[in-house]
Amino acid sequence: MTNAESGSPDKEPATADQAARMAVDNTERAEPTSQQPPERPTLGRLFVANLWAANTFTVTLLSLVLAMIVGGILMIVSDPDVLATFSYITARPADALNASWTLVSEAYGNLFKGAVLDPDAVGLTAALSPISETLTYTAPLVFTGLSVALAFRGGLFNIGAQGQATMGVIAAGLAGFLLPLPAGLHLLVAVFAGAVGGAVWGFIPGILKARTGAHEVINTIMLNYVAGYFLVWLIVQNGVQDPNRTNAISRPVDASAQLPRLFGDNLRAHAGIILAVLATWAVAWLLNRSTLGFELRAVGSNPAASRTAGISVTRTYVLVMVFAGALAGLGGSQMVLGTTAAALTPLVVAQIGFDGILVALLGRVKPWGVLLAALLFGALQAGGNRMQSYSGVSLELVTVLQALIVIFIAAPALVKAIFQLRAARAARPQTSLAKGW
Amino acid sequence: MEPGEIHALLGENGAGKSTLMNVLYGLYQPDEGEILVDGKPLQPRGPADAIAAGIGMVHQHFMLVPVLTVAENVMLGAEQVRGGIVGFLDRRRARREVAEVSARYNLQVDPDATIEDLPVGIQQRVEIVKALTRDVDLLILDEPTAVLTPQETEELLTVMRELKAAGRSIVFITHKLGEVKAIADRVTVIRRGRTVGTATPEASRDELAALMVGRTVRLTVDKQPATPGEPVLELSGLVVDDDRQVRAVDGVDLSVRAGEVLGIAGVQGNGQTELVEAVMGLRPLLAGSVQLGGERIDDWSTKEVLRAGVGYVPEDRSVDGLVKELSIAENLVLDLYDRPPFGRGLALRPEAIKKSAQERIAQFDVRTPSAEAAVGTLSGGNQQKVIVARELSRPLKLLIAAQPTRGVDVGSIEFIHSRVIHERDAGTAVLLVSSELDEVIGLADRIAVMYRGRIIGIVGPDTPREEIGLLMAGITPDPADAGANGATAGTDGGAPSPSGPGSEDEA
Repeated sequence: MTNAESGSPDKEPATADQAARMAVDNTERAEPTSQQPPERPTLGRLFVANLWAANTFTVTLLSLVLAMIVGGILMIVSDPDVLATFSYITARPADALNASWTLVSEAYGNLFKGAVLDPDAVGLTAALSPISETLTYTAPLVFTGLSVALAFRGGLFNIGAQGQATMGVIAAGLAGFLLPLPAGLHLLVAVFAGAVGGAVWGFIPGILKARTGAHEVINTIMLNYVAGYFLVWLIVQNGVQDPNRTNAISRPVDASAQLPRLFGDNLRAHAGIILAVLATWAVAWLLNRSTLGFELRAVGSNPAASRTAGISVTRTYVLVMVFAGALAGLGGSQMVLGTTAAALTPLVVAQIGFDGILVALLGRVKPWGVLLAALLFGALQAGGNRMQSYSGVSLELVTVLQALIVIFIAAPALVKAIFQLRAARAARPQTSLAKGW
Repeated sequence: MEPGEIHALLGENGAGKSTLMNVLYGLYQPDEGEILVDGKPLQPRGPADAIAAGIGMVHQHFMLVPVLTVAENVMLGAEQVRGGIVGFLDRRRARREVAEVSARYNLQVDPDATIEDLPVGIQQRVEIVKALTRDVDLLILDEPTAVLTPQETEELLTVMRELKAAGRSIVFITHKLGEVKAIADRVTVIRRGRTVGTATPEASRDELAALMVGRTVRLTVDKQPATPGEPVLELSGLVVDDDRQVRAVDGVDLSVRAGEVLGIAGVQGNGQTELVEAVMGLRPLLAGSVQLGGERIDDWSTKEVLRAGVGYVPEDRSVDGLVKELSIAENLVLDLYDRPPFGRGLALRPEAIKKSAQERIAQFDVRTPSAEAAVGTLSGGNQQKVIVARELSRPLKLLIAAQPTRGVDVGSIEFIHSRVIHERDAGTAVLLVSSELDEVIGLADRIAVMYRGRIIGIVGPDTPREEIGLLMAGITPDPADAGANGATAGTDGGAPSPSGPGSEDEA
């Protein structure tokens, strides 16, 4: 069944076309059409066969499908009404199946409507609204995802995107409401401050790793706490806290330091997504077309050989972490300069740093892959909001879905086994391992 | 295979020798075909099945636990339990078994010695004992002589003859022709996964080599006498520690002149690696100085040393030489990527890198479908050619080649040797480090023998093998020095210095 599904994009127009002709003409036209298939299926089958090989794209797609199946089961299990119909499933199986199908299909339908397009929407603003929400959630995830991916390519596990984003949001926020600057310049300074804040927070584990060998995973995790609690402390200080409020919230960022909106004042999408695409391009260029990227990839794959070839491994580690920190800092700055929030709160960065790790893995630590993965995660977030309010499925399920997708992607052997994929490419590493002297 | 036969399996690297034997030992499953043991088909699912069928294997890289004793290592995997109670090891019985086997086959090993204290040759003997205690009829030795001194090799061959006399069969995997001729009863040559011929050991070296490679090869290096010029590399009083903070190089004085090959012979692990790394700026000097063309380069970074015209072929190509995930083209510019024409400012110039890669691939005969292929997909010999191509593609003052042909097939060895000599004739000073005595004798114009961090003699290339072999084992021809060497390495401080300059004159 799934086999036919994956082949459908290729075949669908053909069948629709045939169906239309069948409707107009009578059975005599059906004869030649039934002779045609011997050609078409060969092409189609070739396409399906290629698609069905265990390549990265197919595995990613199937992971998504598997995650949604497990997610559906979770929805059924967690809904008491639907669960009740299962108690008499032997007597009236239709009840249980109908209830389950209605629940799951509506929930995923709302997820789609909230993330991509609502067919019932009236007016341009309403039609653009889901896309706008998706892009708003996507932009910061692109940055944190790139941060993790860049560090990973340089051989470092940056678990500290969260902390770096936190320092970014602090620096950007402070620049946003403390500096009296003209519009335009103010925004530039605030964005730059965010990058610097994150870069400093990346530099610390970078230099520790390079100079003392202290493991970056431990240090970045610890610095996440330091940054998080520094934010909590900072918000309630004089000059930072909003004088009109008693709870922990800072003064709002000046309008001159806010990222411009893309689709008018009623939609949240802001220029951050444009910055994100530019950043993706820049990171792709840095990795593949620059001398620094060459050093980074060489050190990331084999530090010993890089050192032997005269590349400074310590310098590369520090630079990688500074760049990764700056990217995460930029992502963080959007949380306060964009439309998500206008002031610093203890939870202003949400989970973008940790989600960035998932985004990077899902995007196979390649810049454009990260962009697509962030788009998917952004869409899940945006759609999840609607799913919660319309279907009563909690937003946490979206987080569970994200986690499941990444788990399935991290275990490609599992996906391949479930769907019986041809192990065409996977066999190669084994044979190369088998090669002796 | 007949009982009591020594069957040599000869082939280039990547020819499939090790793979074939791993299939036999149950580590890999065959895709097709079958194995017959005593006329019965055998399908080993793992080493345990193979051992049960009477097949034992000594791997190229020993499978011993360094901190355990000989007896403990021997019983590993077949632990004897005292009185049938789980958890109580019967060490005494294991010791007795080791002693028994050693006595029967004349393999002297102390069952209570700790593995890490034993020299490599004895460790190998432990591996053999380990296989024999499992009652095997067929013993597979995978390149057993790669790590041994000539003397240890001789001892191993004696052991093999003893085993043969006791009716055990041996499969002897190697690519060293001399050993095959010395011991084998029958020779099977494998090339690209196929048996290409069987030969008797009476066949000449050239015939065997031609079978291995598939064409005629020159085994000796053609070269004119060297015309040494000014000293290019001068080391004096060099002291270097290894990674464990143990003294590895202990006061080495050496000089390499333009247009000559200085070979450093010695058994692996006598400080050669550390010596070379210190010169390359990869390892800190504790004392002494390094001069390149009269300039002190002790505190230069590796990049500066490379830029000054030093080419370096590191001894472990997969660890230090290549980044396997990167393409061949990228590996070919691994130390030149930021120099014009390959890099300008911050930007790489992929066209220039690709163009140069295609030239190098053609010039150095690297067999690959594409310059964009990951270097890890190449065979060992071709990987080594990539490194040699990279290092020789810029003007050099000094070429340091450490084990340049280790794990490389005969055809590539021939090619690499000719490039090294070509470089020498162009006036480059060459420092060759090799534990392969034939290679040092074939290429070097002077041979320095390194033992326990010191140069214990510098001799000419015409010196008999036996004499160099003795030096490699730390025995100097002079009886007075030999006595000093019997003591610890630290006390014979005076010994190397007189012999050093003395033999330099002779060269």
